Amino acid sequence: MPPTPVPPAAESRGLQLVSRSTYLKELALKNLFLVCACVAVAGVALIFAFVGLRGWPIFATVGPWSFLTGTEWNPTGAEYGILPLIYGSVVVMLGALVIGTPLAVGTAIFLSEIATPRVRSIVRPAVELLAGIPSVIYGFFGLIILRPIVANFTDGLGFGAVTAWFILAIMIVPTIAAISEDALRSIPPGIREASYAMGATTWQTIYKVLVPAAKIGIIDAIILGMGRAIGETMAVLMVVGNAPVFPESISEPIATLTTQIVMDMPYAAGDHRTALFGMAIILFLVSMGLVALVRLISRFQTAMESGR
Amino acid sequence: MNKNVTNAIALTLLWVSAITTVAVLGTVILYVVYNGIGELSPAFIFTWPEGVAAEGGIWPTIVSTMYVTALAMVIVTPIAILAAVYLAEYAVQGRLVGTIRFAADSLASVPSIVMGLFGLALFVEAAGIGFSMLSAALALSFLMLPIVMRTTEEAIRAVPKYIRWGSYGLGATKWQTVSRIVLPAAMPRIITGIILATGRAVGETAVVIYTMGQAINLPVTPLDSGRPMTVHLYLLAMEGINLPAAYGTALLLMILILAFNLGARYFLRRNRKV
Amino acid sequence: MSLRTSPVPADAPNKIAVKGLEFYYGDFHALTDITVDIKEKAVTAFIGPSGCGKSTFLRCFNRMNDLIPGTRAEGLIALDGQHIYEAGVDPVDLRRRIGMIFQQPNPFPMSIYDNVAFGPRLQGVKRKAELDEIVQTSLERANLWKETKDILGRNGLALSGGQQQRLCIARVLAVEPEVMLMDEPCSAIDPTSVQKIEDLMAELKDRITIVIVTHNMQQAARVSDFTAFFLQEVAGEPAVLVEYDRTSNLFTSPKDRRTEDYITGRFG
Repeated sequence: MPPTPVPPAAESRGLQLVSRSTYLKELALKNLFLVCACVAVAGVALIFAFVGLRGWPIFATVGPWSFLTGTEWNPTGAEYGILPLIYGSVVVMLGALVIGTPLAVGTAIFLSEIATPRVRSIVRPAVELLAGIPSVIYGFFGLIILRPIVANFTDGLGFGAVTAWFILAIMIVPTIAAISEDALRSIPPGIREASYAMGATTWQTIYKVLVPAAKIGIIDAIILGMGRAIGETMAVLMVVGNAPVFPESISEPIATLTTQIVMDMPYAAGDHRTALFGMAIILFLVSMGLVALVRLISRFQTAMESGR
Repeated sequence: MNKNVTNAIALTLLWVSAITTVAVLGTVILYVVYNGIGELSPAFIFTWPEGVAAEGGIWPTIVSTMYVTALAMVIVTPIAILAAVYLAEYAVQGRLVGTIRFAADSLASVPSIVMGLFGLALFVEAAGIGFSMLSAALALSFLMLPIVMRTTEEAIRAVPKYIRWGSYGLGATKWQTVSRIVLPAAMPRIITGIILATGRAVGETAVVIYTMGQAINLPVTPLDSGRPMTVHLYLLAMEGINLPAAYGTALLLMILILAFNLGARYFLRRNRKV
Repeated sequence: MSLRTSPVPADAPNKIAVKGLEFYYGDFHALTDITVDIKEKAVTAFIGPSGCGKSTFLRCFNRMNDLIPGTRAEGLIALDGQHIYEAGVDPVDLRRRIGMIFQQPNPFPMSIYDNVAFGPRLQGVKRKAELDEIVQTSLERANLWKETKDILGRNGLALSGGQQQRLCIARVLAVEPEVMLMDEPCSAIDPTSVQKIEDLMAELKDRITIVIVTHNMQQAARVSDFTAFFLQEVAGEPAVLVEYDRTSNLFTSPKDRRTEDYITGRFG
């Protein structure tokens, strides 16, 4: 049947053109939404601007190098070296990761591979609830319950890195467990079946197949847990003892970047206050850097996979 | 070692880690409940703290916490939902979207004390709002923004494509489709996200400690200062002068948090449509 | 064959005319040189193996493909003689005149009443009495009124799959479209419901033009007046329209060897 030429229709109305008012309305709405989405960008920029503005002069007056590597934090003597605080932050973070990561990754593996739906329906909300408990309550718990226990095992009062490790380890479990579990659950089920079909035990499947397959996700989880540990303030503040020095042992009082800010802020003025804002910039840059690192890893992974 | 033995040991360890996690949660909750339950009374909730040892109740701190949380929620909800609508429905993958996502992720990971200093520098000092509910709520809303944005975007993306097609196929414009079909269908999950983010704000300390002030005050206008429950608990605990009141405050705080979390769960289960 | 109603006369006017259509998904050339006329108030079926572009083609008619970023159509598609891809034409208005039924029944998560009233409300109908009447008429025309008249407030998702699909048809009818596009409307529902929908199509074509994509040749033979056979011969190459004719001719004496192979079941 040959196509016939296009005949003009008799009764039907013509197609409407896009009405100007509709077009403008839709365009305006789209731009309104875009503006809202850009509030997040504006937030980051504002933090940079306002924290940066207040903190920047310290890098000029003290000098970036002596600010970062100075070993004396003594504001009354106008000494603003934050190395002891950086040291404190790193020690607290590392210890928390060492204790918290196995617990969190173990919980994640348990949730995705072992738990029956019933058990899962108890454990998973519990992990989420752990994330919801205010840090000041963790701090309170650490101060009243954990500190005396630690004091019994060490010779100090229990104020110090060790107590902070345990409290922080609990606090980073939800972050690490949730992201690791997502990574494990996104592995196609066929991979598990293939492993079991070859006679592997559950543990062999987990250890040799699933964890390697979810490796990138678990690394992301640990990096973000690291960010939480460095940024955590109140819980650490309440148990570390707050002495901005290099401690002689892990059970002696120390201070971290975050805790020192809270401790000094009420009375700080002049260069001292500037230095606190300078520390906040460093904290902000570190946390952003960790987020960037995670994105870089995932971009790298995508490139690897598409390159194959 | 025999592979079955290894397997048994490893699985036991995985059970142990999960049980530890749950047990820790249970211990913290039980500890707070056990010590705080004796303190709870109408008088504790509804009267003012008095004297150097903060004897009496904590009413103004409860009001301050509720006030600042509600205010932050009101500020953040429309912006976060519309931002998520942009990301889920309008945005085309590109540099701009990449920047927005990176910024949101960064905001989500900002240490809370940094957010507190930011609020102090911008809202309290530069904008001249002073220590107030508003300053604290604005700082908190930056903390809540990425959380609500993410859960809303996920909720919107979970609405099946073919339901959108049905709407477009009937001659709905994009905004009509989003506002009449997509958002209503996603609403239970969006509300759940808002409740959870609000719960985070209730428990936040470091953001509000230098934006709301610390003086005990019953806020009336958004420009009034006050002391939230978290800061009250922190001060009581650190000064060690009135531990019973600290336990009572901790328990009330915990009840609020549990209410928000369990409430969100319950709400989602009741209302899940799509 | 489609003999429930009298055959469509050969000189029936064209509702939609397509000339030299090319369609692209980004770099992928999906359809090439499609020329076809869709007769008014008739049922036209598009058949072919899966992935041959028949659904893509169907979605050009109401510009649903516009919703997928990176798609592009060249050539002419005219509705009543007016080019629908012409600059400035409002796809939203076009879709009010060309309704669409999808493979997956897709009632909105709201009441049956609100589902049907959705389209009229978009166009500004607000009066309750008027909406009531539209809802009733549309449900009646979709043969769903008897089953739903007492449960109009119930969620549309509570209906069975076949009822959901008829609800979607009622929803489309409520905006009084001139053309109804059906993209494999029966592939996700049970056989009894398929029967009901096929009967419905026969009733509806007195008033509207229907274009249906189906992978089921028997269905095409049962319901359609005209049939078009699409084929993508080489993977990665664009699909073509192999043959277009009256359904009775195409299924009894196909002119093209490939059509014959397909309808006799040698491939696909």
